[in-house]
Amino acid sequence: MENETTLTMEQLQKDLEKLQKKVSKIENNRKDQLSIALISGDMDKILAAMIISLAAAAMDTKVKIFFSFWALSALRDKKKKAAGKDFISKMFGMMLPKGKNKLKLSNMNMAGMGPMMIKMLMKKKNVLSLDEMFQQACELGIEITVCEMSMDLMGFKREEFIDYPNLRYAGAGTFVADAGESAMQLFI
Amino acid sequence: MSEELKNLQSDLVVDARGTACPGPLLAAKKAIGDIESGEIMEILSADEGTKSDIPRWCEKVGHEYLGFVDEDSFSRLFLRKE
Repeated sequence: MENETTLTMEQLQKDLEKLQKKVSKIENNRKDQLSIALISGDMDKILAAMIISLAAAAMDTKVKIFFSFWALSALRDKKKKAAGKDFISKMFGMMLPKGKNKLKLSNMNMAGMGPMMIKMLMKKKNVLSLDEMFQQACELGIEITVCEMSMDLMGFKREEFIDYPNLRYAGAGTFVADAGESAMQLFI
Repeated sequence: MSEELKNLQSDLVVDARGTACPGPLLAAKKAIGDIESGEIMEILSADEGTKSDIPRWCEKVGHEYLGFVDEDSFSRLFLRKE
């Protein structure tokens, strides 16, 4: 009889440990964190991603943005150049917008008139410029991760990206891991 | 309620009238560190969205949102720091 009781106690303790592990795993899966996979290189979509990120950071949510594919154009520094590129990389470099202020609109681009008008309106209506948004993002500790694979694919080099304190280089696995523990995930 | 707010003595006034969304929220977050717990902060904003953003922020972070007073071209939003 006594033996049986000890057995149940042991069983209970094991069950409790299992439960505790499960609970901590669930808690870690719902961190107050926003993960964004930013693929678009359109000015409007990058603006939206930055505004949402800034609002989230202001509300004490940890923000991690994963820049991939076309979005990489927004991270280029117009003053920086990278040497030793092959022909295709050079072509990509020439054809893609050089930096966040050269991005096109997904709609009503009108050969560059659209972005000019939006910038004018943003200034008039006191909306932060993209430069200011990146500055704020940096002050609020928003993490930016560059997708290594798309960087390599498009022939971009690390030395031509903007100076940003929390700039990291990683693969899709890092995004998946970050997104998996975030309470919010966005694909833009 | 509105009369009470109008006569409220704020410990800190944050003028965010020069910025649109999410500027006032950012300004509030930055300034909140400058006051002590229990003190009152007043945010001036010309952005209509702020009226919904600030209470949600307070709710999330734990500050007590006291309400807003509309002026001619802007609003004054009040909160008590947690």
